[in-house]
Amino acid sequence: MSEEAKTPTVDEYLDPLATPCMQPGAMADIHTFPAAPEHQEKLGFPGELPENWEQVAVAKMGELLGKYRGFRVFLDSCVKCGACTDKCHYFMGTADPKNMPVARQDLLRSVYRRYYTFGGKYFPKLVGARDMTKDVLDEWYTYFHQCSQCRRCSVYCPYGIDTAEISMAAREIMDSVGVGQKYCNEILGKVYDIGNNLGLPPKALKMTLEDFEEDLEDETGLEIKMPLDVKGAEILLVTPSADFFAEPHIDGLFGYAKVFHAVGASWTLSSVASEAGNFGMFIGSYETMRNVSMRIRDAALELGVKRIIFGECGHAWRVAYSFLNTLAGPFDFLDPRYPFPQHICEYTWDLIQKGELKFDKSKNDEYRLTFHDSCNVARGASMGSKPGDQFEIPRNILKATCNHYFDMDEDTIKEVTVCCGGGGGILTDDLMDVRVKGASPRMTALGNLRKEKGVTHMAAICAICKSQFTKIMPKYDFEMDSILSVHQMVSNAIILEGAINEDDDDDDDIPGAPDVEAAE
Amino acid sequence: MAYELNGQTIEHDEEGYLTDLGQWTEDLAAILAKDEGIEMTDEHWEVVNFLREYYDEYQIAPAIRVLVKALKKTMGKEKGSNKYLYTLFPYGPAKQACKIAGLPKPTGCI
Repeated sequence: MSEEAKTPTVDEYLDPLATPCMQPGAMADIHTFPAAPEHQEKLGFPGELPENWEQVAVAKMGELLGKYRGFRVFLDSCVKCGACTDKCHYFMGTADPKNMPVARQDLLRSVYRRYYTFGGKYFPKLVGARDMTKDVLDEWYTYFHQCSQCRRCSVYCPYGIDTAEISMAAREIMDSVGVGQKYCNEILGKVYDIGNNLGLPPKALKMTLEDFEEDLEDETGLEIKMPLDVKGAEILLVTPSADFFAEPHIDGLFGYAKVFHAVGASWTLSSVASEAGNFGMFIGSYETMRNVSMRIRDAALELGVKRIIFGECGHAWRVAYSFLNTLAGPFDFLDPRYPFPQHICEYTWDLIQKGELKFDKSKNDEYRLTFHDSCNVARGASMGSKPGDQFEIPRNILKATCNHYFDMDEDTIKEVTVCCGGGGGILTDDLMDVRVKGASPRMTALGNLRKEKGVTHMAAICAICKSQFTKIMPKYDFEMDSILSVHQMVSNAIILEGAINEDDDDDDDIPGAPDVEAAE
Repeated sequence: MAYELNGQTIEHDEEGYLTDLGQWTEDLAAILAKDEGIEMTDEHWEVVNFLREYYDEYQIAPAIRVLVKALKKTMGKEKGSNKYLYTLFPYGPAKQACKIAGLPKPTGCI
């Protein structure tokens, strides 16, 4: 009977941001797989915990305090006002009080106080200061891997304390003593060795793209190219490697290719810069982030391109928009008439405004659509020319390509968007419990919209969001293919000159049709 | 973390994927399949063999879309579908079929 009572009726509205009844220690047993020594060493970190690790960790913290002024300010300025406590999707989903942003920060702040403040050095108990012990380190590992660095809490903090910065610093300190996460660090090793998160070698990339060109030709009757390593191309497209592998990402890639085709653009992908994502940011390592970014610079110089456009990837866009120029710049060899960096949504929206792209919106009539703002685009970057364009441009594209568009609760979108639950290095099977629970605010908001407006699908512009939703949506009574790429909508609706009419085709496996599931 | 087969120890990672794909044999595949609750049929072998051949050539597992397309050519339109793949490997063709084929798990934002 109690189970039945929990099931909401069809028209019942649920508060997506409801504060849970606290369950201390609910997520204390979560321990994401540790990186093997070889994964650590490839990135220049120790393979395992050194004997004097406590000193190394404390010294590393001191180094970061000296380098990053914001880090120290964030640690000093919290007044425990409580504004952040109920703003984290992981707290809302797990009810574990250590997933309150302030509690997460305090895991590190307490150690900072012990070694770097007067009060903590001499009266540790009075100021809540803790020694750097193995128990503390284990607690860090558990709870700093339940933060997706989405920065929603920082929007509500009156001092602007950014938990993501603290979480990145904690991971960097842990890496400095050989305690890294397998998911992030193994993947970064693949970028170093092969060039992308997937570990997709150039030969496989070439074959995959040829295969996709064949699919596009079957669908449209047109020779729509997916060029690779073309010297002298005008545009270098840097996109997440998931766009070559997973669904619905591939459908988005088809959309980019069709847009370029429609306007006769000269463009290329690169087997060197075959990854837009940059997990260096997730682990807080400037060096790693820089090494990954340099591949983009190297590819742009090698191919002699005039402009660089980024595909649908949230944290790639944050790194590109906010850091790339100082990380791997200057990019003065690019054509200054074009924005740098440029997002594929900016490119497409610009063409739509100029009237250079035409759409048959009825092709998307099977979708009643909403948009999930990805945290790194919403809060870590911008887009376009006006404040807030990072929210409006993707929505404008969807409204230009689809007849039925609706927004979710305003407390869960745009600047205060709730995370998909899989960002910041959490998108791994061994953290599935965290992922499912962390997605609950977003899924509740989407569920409300399904009840109110009959919304069937949600689009996003981030590879992590898309993969996360394909996996967790079935847990919330949505089909796994209810998540779409924004450029998938473009791909479905775009009118290409000379294309065959898809409606005459009885093939049930048309690229772009939402019947293909994720690569798991 | 290892499988035992005919007195041989075969190392695997935290999730059961082989660390050295050179140690894969058909006998081992049968054990891996059993662990996954899968009874290997000709169709299962078709997928597993395709994955191994593809990996041998390209050093990575194929995208599901590529796999489906290839199977459509060899097994016909009905069986060469994503849906059919999921009936063979309910927890996902990439995840379960790769494991049984002895291939590493695909990584990244997928």
